Amino acid sequence: MNSFDYKKEITVDSAIKAVSADYKAMFLAGGTNIIDLWKYNLAHPEKLIDINDIAALSIIEQLDNDGIRLGALVKNAATAYDPLVEKHYPLLSKAILAGASAQIRNMATNGGNLLQRTRCYYFYDPDVPCSKRMPGSGCPAIKGRNRIHAVLGASEHCIAVFPSDMCVALAALEAVVNVVGPEGERNIPFSDFHRLPGHTPDLDNNLQQGEIVTSIDLPPGKFSKHYAYLKLRDRHSYAFALVSVAAAFEMEGSTISKARIALGGVAHKPWRVPEAEELLKGRKTTVENFALAADRILSGAIGRGDNDFKIPLAKRAIIRACEMALEPEMQIPGAGPSL
Amino acid sequence: MENKPLIGQPVSRLEGLEKVTGSARYAADYHVSDLLYGYVINSTITKGKILSIDVSAVLALEGVVKIFTHENRPSLAWFDLQYADMDAPPGTVFKPLSDNIIRYNGQPVALIVAEDFETARYASTLLKVVYKEEPFDTVLSQNLDKARAPKKGMSTPLKPPPPEPAGNFDKAFGKADFKTEATYHHGTEHHNPLELFATTAIYEGDGKLTIYDKTQGTINNQFYIANVFGLKYKNVRVLAPYVGGAFGSGLRPQHQLFLCVLASLELKRNVRVTLERKQMFSFGHRPQTIQSLRFSADSSGMLTAMNHCAAGETSSYEDYNEILSSWSHKLYPAANTLFEYKLVPLDLATPIDMRAPGGVTAMHAIECIMDELAYKLDMDPLDFRLKNYSEIDPSTKKPFTSKELKQCYEKGAEKFGWHLRNPKPASTKKGNRLVGWGMATGIWDAYQFPARAAAVLTKDSRLEVHNAATDIGTGTLTVMTQIAADEFGISADDVSFFYGDSKKPFSMFQGGSAITASTGTAIIAAIRELKKKIIKKIKEMPDSPFEKIPEHQIVFRNNSVSVQNRPDICIGFQDLIRANNGREFKVTKLAGPDVLKLRKYSKAAHSASFVEVEVDKDLGTITVTRAVTAVAAGKIINPKTAKSQILGSMIWGISKALHEETLIDPNLGKYINANLGEYHIPSHADIPEMEVIFAQEDDTLINELGVKGVGEIGMTAIPAAVANAVFHATGKRINDLPIHFDKLI
Repeated sequence: MNSFDYKKEITVDSAIKAVSADYKAMFLAGGTNIIDLWKYNLAHPEKLIDINDIAALSIIEQLDNDGIRLGALVKNAATAYDPLVEKHYPLLSKAILAGASAQIRNMATNGGNLLQRTRCYYFYDPDVPCSKRMPGSGCPAIKGRNRIHAVLGASEHCIAVFPSDMCVALAALEAVVNVVGPEGERNIPFSDFHRLPGHTPDLDNNLQQGEIVTSIDLPPGKFSKHYAYLKLRDRHSYAFALVSVAAAFEMEGSTISKARIALGGVAHKPWRVPEAEELLKGRKTTVENFALAADRILSGAIGRGDNDFKIPLAKRAIIRACEMALEPEMQIPGAGPSL
Repeated sequence: MENKPLIGQPVSRLEGLEKVTGSARYAADYHVSDLLYGYVINSTITKGKILSIDVSAVLALEGVVKIFTHENRPSLAWFDLQYADMDAPPGTVFKPLSDNIIRYNGQPVALIVAEDFETARYASTLLKVVYKEEPFDTVLSQNLDKARAPKKGMSTPLKPPPPEPAGNFDKAFGKADFKTEATYHHGTEHHNPLELFATTAIYEGDGKLTIYDKTQGTINNQFYIANVFGLKYKNVRVLAPYVGGAFGSGLRPQHQLFLCVLASLELKRNVRVTLERKQMFSFGHRPQTIQSLRFSADSSGMLTAMNHCAAGETSSYEDYNEILSSWSHKLYPAANTLFEYKLVPLDLATPIDMRAPGGVTAMHAIECIMDELAYKLDMDPLDFRLKNYSEIDPSTKKPFTSKELKQCYEKGAEKFGWHLRNPKPASTKKGNRLVGWGMATGIWDAYQFPARAAAVLTKDSRLEVHNAATDIGTGTLTVMTQIAADEFGISADDVSFFYGDSKKPFSMFQGGSAITASTGTAIIAAIRELKKKIIKKIKEMPDSPFEKIPEHQIVFRNNSVSVQNRPDICIGFQDLIRANNGREFKVTKLAGPDVLKLRKYSKAAHSASFVEVEVDKDLGTITVTRAVTAVAAGKIINPKTAKSQILGSMIWGISKALHEETLIDPNLGKYINANLGEYHIPSHADIPEMEVIFAQEDDTLINELGVKGVGEIGMTAIPAAVANAVFHATGKRINDLPIHFDKLI
C-alpha cells in the first residue's frame, strides 16, 4: 500500500520544522494539484503536513502602504471575490476567475496556485521521458505534440509552460511573495519567484525545501481603472491558456504613464518584458504602439511546430488586451474574449 | 379510469429518481462480500515483445493475491472464432494475455489482484516488465501507401462496401463547368462515457458466474465469456441494469471483462476490475480518417459527378470497417460516381463504432464540399440541396420507406431565419466578431435487428415484458414501457419492463439507433401473441359472452378486455386471472425486420442542422451562438427522451467540430492527452441554447411502430454546419477537425 504519514500543523514554525527536516515531506494546502500528481504516480510524498488550519495565513488585509496582503491559504475564489481585491486589483480578480473551475477555485489556495506544476502531456505520463520529472531523460515535447508548449524562455531540456492565470496578473502587478523558512523570512519579487527551465527544468521556482509561502503582497498601484485579462484557449471554460495576457495602464489624459503587460501560456513562468512597458510610457493608446510593445515582448520567440501559431496569436492578443484595458467594463470574467 | 395513449407523450425517464439520487447501481457498484480487486497493467511500448516480467516485488506486497500474465494464464479457447463477439470485425480478435506480443501502446499485459483496489494499484508501480521494442506506425497520414481494401467478414452485411462506380466520373468531372475538390482529415476520438468500464464477477461455484458488466449487449458478452472460458451458456449471466453511457464503446466485450472473469474462475472468488480514466483510452476509438472528395455540377446546379475516396485507420489484427463513402449517393443523384474505401493497418488498438460511426465523419466532408460547390455556383447552400433533392435513393434506385428531409429543411430554415442570410462571407459583423451561418444535411440508417420478447400477464394482473436489451441512458426503459402499455391497453404503472440481463429473451446489442425498432417491435409481437392467448381463453370460458365475437372486435383497454361498441361485454384483467385459475398468461415471440417487404425500399433517417457562429476577427476564437436541428426519424415515441438524444448529439457534433481530439505522439506511438483535462469536450460556456424540431414522418413500412431511432441522426449534420458557418463568418475553409481557432488567424 502507498502508505504515508499525515500531520496537521497549526503554526508556521511547526510546519516548517516538520518539512525542512525531511526531504520526502510536503505541505498540503488545497490539494488540487498534489493529489492529482500523486494519483498519476508523479509525486510520492511520504509525509504530508497539512497547513490548512494555520489561521494566520488565511486572511486578506490592507497594508500600511495602502497595498494588500493576500494570505497564502486564502482560497482562490475568496480572493477573487474579496471586496478589497475587486476594488483595488480587479485585474487579479478577472485572472483568477478565468482559471480552472468554480469547484477547483473553491479549494485551491493562493500559495498553492504559485506552486502548481505544468500540465505538459509528457510530464503527466510517468511512462515517457521528461527532464522535468526525471532530470536528464529528455524532452519528447520538442519534437512531439507541442501545441500547448512554450515559445519564450524555453531550453533544450524543457519547453513546458507554467499554467496559472492568477500568476500572470500577479506578475503584471509586481506582487511580492513572502516566504518563511528555516533560515528566516524572504520577500521575493514576483519576477524572481518562478524560474526558466535552463539546465534544471525539475525546479519550477526558487523556493527552498522547508520554505513556506506565507502571503503575497500587492503593492499600492493605480491599475484599477485600466486593466484586462484576456485568455485564449481551446474551449471557453476549464482549459489552460494557449496564450493569455494581463494588461494594465495608468493614464495621464490620453497618454500612457505606466504600462504593465504579462503573458501566460507561453513560457515556464509568467512572461514580462519591462523594456516593452517602458516603450509605451508617454505614448498614445494606438494599435501601432501596442504592436510595438508586442514585438518587443515577443522578440526571441521560437515556435516548435505545433505551437508556431502562438507567436502571431500572442501579438494579436497583446494588442487586443491593451485595447480591452481601456474599456474594462466590457469584460466578462472567465468567458471568451470580450467584444 | 381511461388510460391515455402514451406513445407520443413526453414521459419523464422512469428511472430518473434512482439516477439522480445515486441509488442506481452500475457495474462497479455491487459491493458483494469477499470481493477482490483487479488492476490492469498496460503496455508502455507500442510494438514489440515482452522479454520478461518480474513479479517478485508485487507478490511480496501484503494484500496481493495473484498476478496474471501471459506466462501463467490458463489455457483457454483455441480458435479465433470462439473469441469473436457479435460485433467483431474481420480478422483475428485480440486475446488478452495470450502471448508476449505487444500490438499497441496501452495493451493489457497483466492483471494484479489484491484484497483492495489501492493495494492493487500501488502494486502496479512495483511490477517490472522488460520489453524489446520494434519500430511502429501510428499515424494515418504517414502510411497511406499501405491502404488496401477491407477484408470481408461477419459484419460485412451491416457495413457493406460503397456502391459500384456509375457512368464515367473522370470524364464528367473533367469537363464540368462547376467543380470543387477537397481533403478532410479527422483525428482520433475516444468515447469517454462518464461511467468507467468495470466488471464485477460473482463466483457462484461449479463454473457458474453472475457478472455485472458495463456493456451495450448482455447476451453478446454472455456468449463471449461462455465460448472463451468453456462454460455453459446457462451458467453465465451478464447483467447491466444501468449503463452510464457507452456510445459504441460497449458494443464489444472489453478486456476488463475477460480479465475479471479469468481471475474469478481461477481464484474461485468474487472479483471486480475497474478501469481508470487513463485506461479508457486503451481500447476502441473513432479512427483517424482522410477523405478526398471531388464533386461537380452543371450550370443549373444539378450534380453531375461525385467522387469520395476514404481511408480509415485499423489495427494490425482486425479490419474495423465503417461506412464512409456510401452516403452521398444515398442523398444526391449524380450520373457519374466513384466511391472508394480503404483501410490502413496501424499499430493501434482496433477502432470501434462511436456515435454515428462513419456517418458523422463522412457527412462532414460531403456537406462541406456541397457548401463549397454551392458557392462556386453562386447558389444558396439550401437551394442547392433542394435542387438535388431525391425522393428515391439514387444509389439503389429504390424508394424510401419514408423521407421527410424536405420538411426538415423547411422547418429548420424557418426556425433559424435562414432566408435573412447574406450569402457573402465575412459580411456580418458584431463588434470584433464576424457572424456566420451554416447549414448541412444529416443522414443515418434505420436498422432493425431480430429480437425476442416475453410478455406476461401476471397473477396480480400486471403486464411484464422481458428482453435482454440494455438502457445505455437513452430512455429505453421508459420508451418500452410506453409501447407495452399502449399495446396492451394497460396503465404504465402496471407495466414492468425487465431488461439488461442475458437471462432475458434475445437482443443483439444496443447500437446503430436500432433498439426501439428491434426490441419495440418484439414487444409488440409478444403482446399481440399474449392477447391471442388471452382471447382464446376468454372464448373458452363457460358461457363466455365473447364466444361469438370476432377476434378483431375484441379490444384491450383500461386494464380490461372488452368489445368494440358493446360496453356490456367486458372482463377486467383481475377477473381474467381468476378465470385462469389464478395462473399467469405468458408468451415469447421473436420479431425481425420484414425482409421481403423491405427489400423493395431504402431506409434512412434524415436531419438538417443550422448553426450560427461568431468568430473573433483578430483572434479567431469561435463561439457557437445558435443551433437548430430538424429531424425526420419516423414516429417519435417519447418527444422528451428523443429531444435529449438529439441535444446530446448536437453537443457532440459541436465537440467534434471544435474541441475533441485524442492526440497521438508519432515518436512514442501513444495517446498523450488521455485525461478529461486535456481531452477537450465542450463546457457549458461552449454550448448555446439549441432547438430541436421533429418532422412529421409517418412510416407504415419500416416496422410495426414506424420508428427509425434517434441515437445518431442528430449528430451527423452538425460538424459540417459548424464548418460551413465558420466559412461564412471568415471566408476560410478549414477542412480538418477539430477546427482550432488558431487556424483562423
